[in-house]
Amino acid sequence: MRKLLTGNEAIARGAYEAGVRVACAYPGTPSTEILENIAQYSEIDSQWSTNEKVSVEVAQGACFAGARVLVAMKHVGVNVAADPLFTLGYNGVNGGFIFVSADDPGMHSSQNEQDNRYYAKFMKTVLLEPSDSQEAKELVGQGLEISEQFDTPVLLRTTTRISHSKSLVSLSPRQEIPLKPYEKNPVKNFVMPAHQRIKRPGIEDRLQRLAKYADTFPGNRVEEGGAEFAVITSGPGYLYAKEALGDRATYLKLTMTWPLPAGLIRDFIDKHGKVYLVEEGEPFLEEQINALGLSVIGKELFPRIGELSAAIVREKLLGTALQRLTVDCSAVPGRPPVLCAGCPHRGVFAMVAKSADIVTSDIGCYSLGFMSPLNVGDTCIDMGASIPNALGFAKVLPDRKIVATIGDSTFLHSGITGLIDLVYNQGAVTVVILDNRITGMTGHQQNPASGFDIHGKPAPQVDLEQIVRACGITSLWTVDAYDLAQTNAALQAALASGGPAVVIARRPCILIQRNVVREPLEIAADLCKRCKACLKVGCPAIEFAGGVVRIDSVMCTGCGVCRQVCKFGAMRKAGGAQ
Amino acid sequence: MSDVKSILMVGVGGQGTILAGKILSMGLMAAGYDVKMSEVHGMAQRGGSVSNQVRFGKKVYSPIIGKGQADILVAFEMMEAMRWLEYLKPGGKIVVNDFRIPSGPILIGACDYPEQVLESLKTKADTTVIQAGEIAKQIGNPRTMNLVLFGALVKGMNLTDIDFETEIAANVKPETLKLNLEAFRAGIAALEK
Repeated sequence: MRKLLTGNEAIARGAYEAGVRVACAYPGTPSTEILENIAQYSEIDSQWSTNEKVSVEVAQGACFAGARVLVAMKHVGVNVAADPLFTLGYNGVNGGFIFVSADDPGMHSSQNEQDNRYYAKFMKTVLLEPSDSQEAKELVGQGLEISEQFDTPVLLRTTTRISHSKSLVSLSPRQEIPLKPYEKNPVKNFVMPAHQRIKRPGIEDRLQRLAKYADTFPGNRVEEGGAEFAVITSGPGYLYAKEALGDRATYLKLTMTWPLPAGLIRDFIDKHGKVYLVEEGEPFLEEQINALGLSVIGKELFPRIGELSAAIVREKLLGTALQRLTVDCSAVPGRPPVLCAGCPHRGVFAMVAKSADIVTSDIGCYSLGFMSPLNVGDTCIDMGASIPNALGFAKVLPDRKIVATIGDSTFLHSGITGLIDLVYNQGAVTVVILDNRITGMTGHQQNPASGFDIHGKPAPQVDLEQIVRACGITSLWTVDAYDLAQTNAALQAALASGGPAVVIARRPCILIQRNVVREPLEIAADLCKRCKACLKVGCPAIEFAGGVVRIDSVMCTGCGVCRQVCKFGAMRKAGGAQ
Repeated sequence: MSDVKSILMVGVGGQGTILAGKILSMGLMAAGYDVKMSEVHGMAQRGGSVSNQVRFGKKVYSPIIGKGQADILVAFEMMEAMRWLEYLKPGGKIVVNDFRIPSGPILIGACDYPEQVLESLKTKADTTVIQAGEIAKQIGNPRTMNLVLFGALVKGMNLTDIDFETEIAANVKPETLKLNLEAFRAGIAALEK
């Protein structure tokens, strides 16, 4: 049976078929749907973890206990999880251990473009790069077999186009893999320097054995074709090379790319002489091939920035481009993402804008508070950075009013340690926890504060107020994010407190509480003075056109934020009622 | 790869381009084609510009449509047709919904919604304008607008031999099937005129 699956769905299917028993992740685009889909297989114990490091550590425990495991994260998630992953390379595995890094060249929804293939080399582990969904599915099972055979963690690296593109996949039944027996083995699993020194030479030996294996790995293969071009390629680069060059080229298609299949590469280059390397992103393969004393034509031709495409391969190797219409699309007004109509963050940002001098933000929907017209946010770096960034600002600029904004899920992911640091070091910072009861930006995943698990079943709910108090915060306010006066009063009091303070602005994400949407509002034309104060909250349901402000009654959720910023009482319930 | 056809559906988050792309892909797969489909996730969900790209043929490699490669551009929103126009192949077709959704900068008065969009499109390619919103409203549910546009796409690409109605049945709620099928057929009819 064949099905159209995204790369992420295919990886989930691969985990099911390969007998994976435990799977963990923290949501992150473009990786999120891997765990969402795995959660649909009752044979796999799946969970959202509080962050990527925790997800890896849970999976490690299950792997030590003898189960096949899978962990999934976006590329920057690997940075968070790097500590346990690096050391796992020393320990090795019991049940197979595969971790997925979903990279995002072109930064469709990410803060950087890091090419995580380098992690495989740095961690002295195995790198697998699928080019489509079928390969993505198969590589889960193959990767787990390599993991068990060579006693190593395995990195399965995708990119946005692999993760989010659908292609045809042949399905197979699940293989039930018995648990490996668990035996206490301190030298293997307990990291003391003495134990690690014993294992250290074995890692080098393992790499050499893996390098030999890479030459025989079935996914590393020559595809004979025309003699015009000889091309080495991997991952999405393979798709673009085949699209552009078709049968005019002969290909060395690489799927297991670390350790490098040096024998295959050497033979291919010896045979063809002039060889092109079509590689998306950094010159990872090129540097390793050059280190073998071999030369290929790679980044001197192809960009290392952004995504590769068939058009780039066509232009660089054939010197041609597809015919195009003569149009100029640059003048079309932009359509940037915005906070939704009824988003509970909107009013909070409107109030923060009034009272704060410097705002450090964080990763989530609320980073959109930065967009015009709200324009709230001086910095945004990585998950959890808002609070420590604010403390740093407070040390240097003590006369400024400094606010850190962070979402509920991000606070649990890596905000708590920052808050403890803020209290311990007594920074005059007001932290606003934008608690919308869900992990929003990645498409509504449950988290420890939402009260539900990955299956939507009730789960213990952590109490943010208690956590905040336990960190040592005594100045704490909880407000309704739709109530601007209450929010503003709390912010003023928090900033006036002169020490670390927290305001929890609570209201569920409008997209998950449609049932409590109130009656839409309209503008009473006779009362509206066209001062445009309502436009400054940037609600997509409010439009200024032809000199008139208008509310879209379909989009309006009746949240009332615009009504509270209107000084003339011009907002009323649609139909004229008060 | 001359036998590969490329269909580009563009619109605004929440307009239903993804469902239309899914039904299209499944129908093409059932008809024996190799199919690839790409959609943009992430920040586009928050009212941003979205595209759904479907490519089919004997063997498809790239999941992404390049500039000058789309055989048809189906715009669920007028301004998005302008934004994506350079992806259309010379000689390709445009199906455009006579429907405007102002973006953030327009809403706050920072710039104006472009004028003469439909007229401008017509000077560039074979353009069919569809009142998909009106048609869907007449059928009884404005939310079936995406199926009206999907019907127009199927007609525009001469894919009416493929049994898409089975795929629609498999992908919409049973209670909305009748209206969705009506919308689909109305979309086909709109391009026959």
